[in-house]
Amino acid sequence: MEHQIVQDASIAEVPVAGPTITARDVNVFYGEKQALFDVSVDINRNSVTSFIGPSGCGKSTFLRCINRMNDTIPICRVTGDIRLDGENIYDTDLDVVELRARVGMVFQKPNPFPKSIYENVAYGPRIHGLTRSKKELDELVESCLEKAGLLKEVHDRLDEPGTGLSGGQQQRLCIARAIATRPEVILMDEPCSALDPIATAKVEELMDELKANYTIIIVTHSMQQAARVSQRTAFFHLGKLVEVGDTRQIFTNPRNKRTQDYITGRFG
Amino acid sequence: MPIHTVKSYEDELALLDKKIAQMGGLAEHNLAQAFDALQRRDPRQAEMVVVADQAIDLLERDIEEQVIEMIARRQPLANDLRHVMAALKITSDLERIGDLAKNIAKRAGAIAEVSHPKPVISGLGRMVELALKQLKSVLDAYADHDAERAIEVWRDDQQIDAMYNSLFRELLTYMMEDPRNIGLSTHLLFGAKNLERVGDHTTNIAETVHYLVRGEPITDDRPKGDDTSLTLVTKHE
Ligand SMILES: Nc1ncnc2c1ncn2[C@@H]1O[C@H](COP(=O)(O)OP(=O)(O)OP(=O)(O)O)[C@@H](O)[C@H]1O
Ligand SMILES: [Mg+2]
Repeated sequence: MEHQIVQDASIAEVPVAGPTITARDVNVFYGEKQALFDVSVDINRNSVTSFIGPSGCGKSTFLRCINRMNDTIPICRVTGDIRLDGENIYDTDLDVVELRARVGMVFQKPNPFPKSIYENVAYGPRIHGLTRSKKELDELVESCLEKAGLLKEVHDRLDEPGTGLSGGQQQRLCIARAIATRPEVILMDEPCSALDPIATAKVEELMDELKANYTIIIVTHSMQQAARVSQRTAFFHLGKLVEVGDTRQIFTNPRNKRTQDYITGRFG
Repeated sequence: MPIHTVKSYEDELALLDKKIAQMGGLAEHNLAQAFDALQRRDPRQAEMVVVADQAIDLLERDIEEQVIEMIARRQPLANDLRHVMAALKITSDLERIGDLAKNIAKRAGAIAEVSHPKPVISGLGRMVELALKQLKSVLDAYADHDAERAIEVWRDDQQIDAMYNSLFRELLTYMMEDPRNIGLSTHLLFGAKNLERVGDHTTNIAETVHYLVRGEPITDDRPKGDDTSLTLVTKHE
């Protein structure tokens, strides 16, 4: 449990109110085409931030900057400055594998590995060497499934394939997998778009619990979901960050007209 | 403002405004008619106002139902959210104004037999005139999304308060002159109080309109004109 202690110490060091992530003048290009323009934003610690905006505005692109998933796209080029706890994540010395352990990601389509439920969760901790014994790993897997609200439903079939679960269960399995590496940040790209209202409510309840210990960013096309789950909301349009503010303010009294037109369904 | 992609949503918001305008018009009309019945000592007209108030109550229920349905089906946000919440609040203020008009009408019926002191009636007349002007103004401010106008209405309410003050003192004197005036004067005093309350509801609507347009409450300090709650009869002896 060494890792746990280190993480707790690092959390204690920084003021709780300070942002986990600070992005300054982020520009992203896919080949010649620019997808993001001078995006600067602070993401608060231990809270949920939602990214909203019309399709193609660059939400996923920005999310992928935060764990450097864009590195896997050959034509993609990122400029600007993104810091995680003050540390430049585009620093050449930075270990990308370690970064991705600190910044977990959950995708729109549940994508469990074609392995057992147990292995899906155990995979990350194992490659990052987070546990020292089989017993410790078992405990970690169990606690992650518990935190993801899935343990009750799967405790007697941990050896069965993750792909055999329902969509909602698979998504919670992916969340369990994402938290297994004890990340600081969890990025969720439309995590509920394929789920029914009950499974959606479970994921939302989970986010509410997880935010005590994690910094969460969720991309969503549901205004109601953003209003329900997040403390802050950022609105993107045509590759630019148009407005970011308290979720309460954004949904009752947005400052920017484009934000208002978008969230009230007046976009032409 | 660009219109909603979903046209029926736009239509529903427009319908809501139409109903508010209609309700406001009825409230104005009933208030004017109630005073007219009082002034002319016409119990039949007073009775008509009492009956006409039912239409206002029906409209209130209709607007309430529409707002609840819109919240359930549309989940309005931002200016739309403020819009439906404003309609819900305004409809309840208008309903109260309707009740106050009805109450004046009832009193008009009760005192139709006795002759009224002229100066008090003309004082009430000026109060009604101003209350109606304020009400019309605030309804226009709602229809035009005019926050400046709402602030004006909100400020001008102190004039109604001041008028109420002076009528209050006048009626006290009148009662003290001859105890046989007390019955009549009490009705007239309640009439004046009702008009002062109409002014307060109009002020509420002004605050609602301001919030609807600007997304924040009116912050100015408004001088308070009504000090009758601190006035004692003995002061006049
Ligand atoms: N791998 C890629 N190669 C080239 N262009 C891309 C790539 N990924 C995204 N883009 C372009 O970048 C822009 C932003 O895309 P992005 O996927 O970030 O949008 P989004 O806001 O997540 O949209 P959606 O809500 O549809 O998921 C779009 O114009 C898109 O075509
Ligand atoms: Mg996307």
